[in-house]
Order: sequence, then C-alpha cells, then structure tokens
Amino acid sequence: MREITYRQALNEALKEEMERDSTVFSAGEDIAIYGGAYGVTADLWKKFGDDRVKDTPISESAIVGIGIGAAMTGMRPVVEIMYIDFIPLCLEQIANQAAKIRYMFGGKTKVPLTIRTEGGTGRSLGAHHSQSLEAWLLHIPGLKVVMPSTSYDAKGLLKSAIRDDNPVIFIEHKMLYNIKGPVPEEEYTIPIGIADIKKEGKDVTILSYSRMMLFSLEAAKILEKDGINVEVIDLRTLLPLDMETIKKSIKKTNKVIIVEEDTKTGGTGAEVGMKIMEECFDYLDAPIKRIAGADVPMPKSPVLEKIAIPQIDDIIREVKLITS
Amino acid sequence: MTLPDKQEARRLFKQMLQIRYFEDKIMELLSKNIAEGGSHLYAGMEAVAVGAMSSINHDDYITSTHRGHGHAIAKDGDIKALMAEILGKKTGVCKGKGGSLHLADLSKGNLGANGIVGASIGIATGAALSIKMRKNSQVVICFFGDGATNQGIFYESMNIASLWKLPVIYLCENNLYGMSVSVHRATSISDLTKKSLAFDMPSESVDGMDVLAVKECVKKWADYVRKGNGPCFIVANTYRYYGHSRSDPRVYRTKEEEKFWKDRDPIITFPVKMIEAGILTNDETKNIEGEVKQEIEEATEYAINSPYPEPEELYTDLYT
Repeated sequence: MREITYRQALNEALKEEMERDSTVFSAGEDIAIYGGAYGVTADLWKKFGDDRVKDTPISESAIVGIGIGAAMTGMRPVVEIMYIDFIPLCLEQIANQAAKIRYMFGGKTKVPLTIRTEGGTGRSLGAHHSQSLEAWLLHIPGLKVVMPSTSYDAKGLLKSAIRDDNPVIFIEHKMLYNIKGPVPEEEYTIPIGIADIKKEGKDVTILSYSRMMLFSLEAAKILEKDGINVEVIDLRTLLPLDMETIKKSIKKTNKVIIVEEDTKTGGTGAEVGMKIMEECFDYLDAPIKRIAGADVPMPKSPVLEKIAIPQIDDIIREVKLITS
Repeated sequence: MTLPDKQEARRLFKQMLQIRYFEDKIMELLSKNIAEGGSHLYAGMEAVAVGAMSSINHDDYITSTHRGHGHAIAKDGDIKALMAEILGKKTGVCKGKGGSLHLADLSKGNLGANGIVGASIGIATGAALSIKMRKNSQVVICFFGDGATNQGIFYESMNIASLWKLPVIYLCENNLYGMSVSVHRATSISDLTKKSLAFDMPSESVDGMDVLAVKECVKKWADYVRKGNGPCFIVANTYRYYGHSRSDPRVYRTKEEEKFWKDRDPIITFPVKMIEAGILTNDETKNIEGEVKQEIEEATEYAINSPYPEPEELYTDLYT
C-alpha cells in the first residue's frame, strides 16, 4: 500500500469531501493562499477558490460562530482553529452554542460543523502553542472529540467528522504531520466512537491516543524483547469513548495504563480511569496507572519541554512495575 | 411615511398586542410562581420586532436575544407552543428543553434566542454566509441589544460580514440599559450608529417606538442587503417597561424617564394614529384587543394544562 504523511492524508480527506459535497467548505486563519500554518489545506484554495476555501481575519469567536450559523442553514463547514491554545478564545461559541443548540431547540436543528485544530508539544513553542486541551472539550455534552494518531485514521476519521451531523472537534498533533503511514487509494471512512487495537497483547493494556500512541507502541516493541506482551489501544475518539473495546481488553490483561500528553489534573486519563473504575473494577488486578503531562504551563526550553510530557522510557518503567 | 392599508394596520396592531399581552401574562405567571425560573420581557419594544418582521419574508432568517419572546411571536411564532416552552412543557416549541432564553423555531426562520449576550451575532453572520454560498436571496436580521455592542464577537462578525458582503441586517435594540448599566456608562460613544464606521458599513437610527418607522427603515435596508450590497447596521431606540428580569427593582432609572417612554407606547399611539387617519375604527381596535386577550388566555390554559416532558426525554436530542 502507498504511504503518505498525516498532513497529506488530511489534505486528501478535505479535498475529496469538498469534491463529493458542494455544501462542504473550509474557513480559518491563513488556510487559503498560505495553505494553513501546518500546510494541511495546501493547494485547496487553488482548486476550489475563495468561495470554498476562505481566509478569515484573526477572529476565533466569529470563525466558529459563522461555522455554526452556516451549519444550521444547510452547509457543512470545516473551520480551522490554528492552535488548540486559541480554543479558549472561541470556547463560548463551542461550549454554549455548537454543543447545545440541538438539545436546547428540542432536536429541531442540527449543527454539522467540524472544527479542526492542532495541539501538543514538540516544537519548543512555549506555553501558548503547545497545549493539549482535549479534556476541556470532552467535558461538554453535545460535542464529539476525535484525535487520530496515524495517516490512515486521520483520513478516515476526518471524512466521518465532515459527514457527521453533530459538531465534531478534530484535534491533530503538530508532531504527526510529517509521519508517513499506509493509506489506501480507494475511498474509506472510519466510524467515530470506535477505538482501535494497534497492537495485541496479554500482559497489560495501554490506552493512549494522538502522539502518545506512537510512544506507547515504541515502548511496547522494546518491552516485547523483555518478554512483556503489551496490548496497545488507540482510543481515536475521546467523546464518545469506546468502553466496549476497553472493557474487553482489561478482561484479558487485568491491568491498565493510560498514557496522555495533557496535564494530569482533570485530564483525559482522570475521566477514562474513572469510567474503568465504574465499569471494569472487578477485572482489575492492579491500580490504574496514569502517565501524563506535568501540571505546569508548557516551558519553552526544549530540555524542560521534553520532561514535561511522558517519554518512552517512562512508559517502559511503568509497564515493568505494573507487570512485575 | 406611507400609511398601511386596513389589513396591514390590523396585523401590525394585533401582533404588537400579542406580544404585550403575552409578556404581561408571563409576568403574572412569574409572580404567581406558575412559571418557574426567569424571563426577560419585551414589553415596550414591540414596535421593533413587529415593524422589522413585517418587512421581511417568511423564509428570511432571524437570530434573537435573551429578551426574545417578541421576536419569536413576530416571526410567525405559534403562541401556544411559545407559552408552553416558557413553562417547560412537552408541547413547547423546543419540547420544554430550551425555555424563555432559547426560543427557536427553524421552520419559521427563527434561528434562536440566546442566553449569552452577543453570542448570536456570529451565528447570524454564518447564516448570511450560507445564503450567499447557496446563491439564495434570503436575508438575515440579527437582533441584539445595546449591551451586545460591547462584546468582542460584535466587532469580529461585523468586520467579516462587511468584508465578505454578506446579506445581514444587524439590528441593535437600544433600550438604554444592559441589565442595570446605562448605555452611556458602558460605551464610549453616544451615537451607537457610529460603531459600524469601523467596518465601512452603512447605518441608520430609527424610532423604535414607531412601528411604521421601523417597518419603512427595515424595508429599505432589507432591499439593499438582498441586492448583494453587503450588510447594514440599524439602531432602534426603544425602552423595556419591565426591569431586566423579575427580581429587578429598577433603582438605576427614574419614574420620569419611564413616563417619557410610556407616553410613546406603540400599542397606544399606533391605534390612535390609525383611527385619526380613518384606517381603523375605535370599535375595530377594541375588537382586536378582545381577540388577542382571548388568544393569550387560551394559550395560557393550553400551556398550564400541557404535560411536562417524560424523564426519558433527558437524553434525547443531544446527538442526531
């Protein structure tokens, strides 16, 4: 199978959905002529023009608000918020409007809006361009939150997000854009809300997503040489969470480690871990372990930045502890 | 100013009365604790919603505000379903899940009231973009109060609408107070119409107590906007008779000021004008008052007797 980057996979998904459905359009800061801060919308403007690939002013609230209004009246917008760190600027529109409109209006409208954004550390960009704020968003009923880790998942899930009649927050990772992976030429989609077992194993379950997924797989590969057989599950969607796949795995391994890049307190792992306590407690042979980001604003220094998020060695150490 | 014919005069008067009697009834239900929660009442401002809505089409869109009962009624709202919604009943226009702050009826082009001041300005702008992209000839009227003109999204959205020449009328209902703070204590210029100068967007102010003035003004600008000329900004000067909400003692304004505005009450001045012009008779206006009183009583009875939603409704309508 051909291999393409995560960036190319996203670009293909956008291009194909815009070709397939004339109500799909993209809007955001620097997405048209420039092609997006990370190049995801490259060349779409040349192909579809100003009407359907729209550069916007630096006005995050209005970008999302316009997306909502257009979605309620027959369009299928894909808006880009350049960094997840800019989500606080438009959180009112996301949390109070996009997520709640259908429910507040008694199901009499839908908001088929995709909000693409990008997060995570790795480029030494400091505290305003490196956050992982997904936990804020999965606290909001009415949203779906998707975080792919591979090219294949990125393309299939973005297509599903665009076709979904609900608001979907689609969170990419800045360090994944250049990573290549197999993506078939032919059309496919991946359903939202389904986790993926990226590596089967029997000794311990690792639950992860986005870039930490890749770190977890690396760690699992190394641990395999030590005779420790790790099952690695890519959550892919954080809201709704695929508890069936999680439960099945924990029944088999009886141990679980959650690996996440976001800050630990009130983070994704807190929610996932508590759900496991509620639904899988009887199958657990050890306390749930979280390996998460440090509870600090992301520091600029590459040295500090690296130790502020989980590393492969941390995962190896914790797996050895829990399986010993 | 063009005078309406008999049928139009009846319609305008009737709709203003529907809103006034509806709001008076809600106040009564709130004081008797039959209606729970709160409501921001539109009484006093009827000429704005009724005048504006009489100038646009059934399939044109509006976005509304926290003080949105008047907009919902004037945009062909079903009075029974609106009353039931405010009481949180299953028969409400939003199945009892929205309430006073979230009245919406997409089948009538009402994209919804909003609990957050200014938040619907972006949504209205998006609906206008959608109209333009679908090459439709609809327009959007985006209602908001003077308080919303101090929110960031007001500036963000109006800039984009002007830049992209979107078919939207931004209609500010300047009722002089954002809750308790007077517009002069909250915004740095006295003439709100100047706010759109920053976007090179035309603006006009209008007497919001005169339904015919509002109608004529909105008609002119709706034609302008519909032709693809881009957005405009209208400031309708008006007054809310009740306080911000039911717990408001109105210590921030004077009895003299209230009297000044009540002397210009559209539901009193409009019929007088129509009778003087020989368009309506005294008997006709009395009959309309009777009809509307009856209609509001029936809607109230309907709402009170309607069932609440079943507990199973808690989790429905969240996702498609």
